[in-house]
Amino acid sequence: MKKADVVIIGGGPAGLAAAVRLWEKGIRDILILERENKLGGILRQCIHDGFGLTRFGETLSGPEYAQRFIDEVEEKKIPYITETTVIDISKDKLVTAASKDGLLEIQAKAVILTMGCRERTRGAISIPGQRPAGVYTAGVAQSYINLQNKMVGHEVVILGSGDIGMIMARRMTLEGAHVQAVFEVQPYASGLPRNIEQCLNDYGIPLYLSHTVTEIRGTDRLESVVVSQVDDHMQPIPGTEKEYFCDTLILSVGLIPENELSLAAGVLLDGRSRGAVVDENHQTTIPGIFAAGNVLQVHDLVDFVSMEAEELADSAARYLKEEGLPECALAVETDGNVTHTIPQKISGEADFKLSMRVRRPMKNCTIRLSQGGRTVLEKKMRKAIPAEMIQIPVKADKLDKNSNLEVSVVW
Amino acid sequence: MVREFTCIMCPMGCDLTAEVNEASGEITVTGNTCPRGKEYAVQELTDPKRNIATSVLVEGGDLPLTSVRLDAPIPRAKIFDVMAEIKKQKLAAPVKAGQVVIENVLGLGSNVIVTKNVEKI
Repeated sequence: MKKADVVIIGGGPAGLAAAVRLWEKGIRDILILERENKLGGILRQCIHDGFGLTRFGETLSGPEYAQRFIDEVEEKKIPYITETTVIDISKDKLVTAASKDGLLEIQAKAVILTMGCRERTRGAISIPGQRPAGVYTAGVAQSYINLQNKMVGHEVVILGSGDIGMIMARRMTLEGAHVQAVFEVQPYASGLPRNIEQCLNDYGIPLYLSHTVTEIRGTDRLESVVVSQVDDHMQPIPGTEKEYFCDTLILSVGLIPENELSLAAGVLLDGRSRGAVVDENHQTTIPGIFAAGNVLQVHDLVDFVSMEAEELADSAARYLKEEGLPECALAVETDGNVTHTIPQKISGEADFKLSMRVRRPMKNCTIRLSQGGRTVLEKKMRKAIPAEMIQIPVKADKLDKNSNLEVSVVW
Repeated sequence: MVREFTCIMCPMGCDLTAEVNEASGEITVTGNTCPRGKEYAVQELTDPKRNIATSVLVEGGDLPLTSVRLDAPIPRAKIFDVMAEIKKQKLAAPVKAGQVVIENVLGLGSNVIVTKNVEKI
């Protein structure tokens, strides 16, 4: 059995950033385990630009952004193994992985969960109809086109206004496909406004809100989809059906943090974020197991993934040096306007960064953090939308260490 | 004339309102939270520009494609012309991020550059 101070599960943007920061903090006995044959994670197929504005102050494509961290990993000679799938993590931090050289067992002092997320599929949203070829999730279509040089179709309909779906609308248009429309079941877009502008509006692709696909037709290949308007409860309205003839349906209907390994280790998950419950140190409910990036909460920007993983690395380094971290007994509670927060637990004695999303679009609202009725801080927002994660730094001197923290939105 | 748009300079996506004074041609921008927003609104009204990303075939590499982008934005109206130019290209492995594929594409003052390393096999 091998041993390591830290095993990092996943060599995408979060895992790479955590590895580099740990090394800088003097932790050298690190091992990154990556399932694919190269480091970089999902960024390898995100060839569009717009990455890095916050982290590096310039706009890069996904592969370039990843390469900045890969170069550092190589330069610092941080060990990593690719084509290796972790199949189990025990609560005692024994990591079991299937590699080309057979089964690997590594006893770690700390485990860092950076597995990212996976896409919701047709099955997850239960679209009725036949089961022809030509129905892809946006990320799968992106992988075919950008990594494997395989065009997925010509007449395209997109369901869901997630960022990857909109980016694929533009990408497929540039490659000569005709994208007829994007349909979104909610009354507002789920992706960023800039992508509606530069991926849809620029190419004359209409976005229909409060619409969804209610039937898939086609025997071998997709032949058409039926689209219906939905009511306030997102139920299809009879009589509004319209048929769109197409050979390809792209689904961009959400991402789900990939937490099977976290569950195996006994880590408690939060039903709202679908990631681990963590404290201000990004430590899960199992001491020495940490989580950051899309496996913890779905981010809109990779810059924030890297920065979250770097904060995690600071705490993990401290955990190793001090053989433990202070207890975080205070809960972070939310009102109905907030979908989730990270962290869910704090000590009340340290600075931390609160990440959160709002449940619905709101204008001129105030995000209020309070403890036992006392306002800790308020942040005024001209607009808050579910598509954009909100981050608020909180200083320890504003907190008391006895009462839970309540996060609410007033508007 | 008043026009509204969403700024695409960064993920904040500010809602911009631009007002053009008919007589002087002067453009007043509100709703931006940084100077780039104003630049974007003025650019958008006078000569909208965009960056694009696509792929180029690579021969003899560990990947069939490398990704490319422009190192400066081009007029939006020229996107498909530039795509056609990029499609004609084929590279031989190894290729390195930053390598120029087409210099000053169509004389638009922007280079097409590689964004992903591909090793030779």
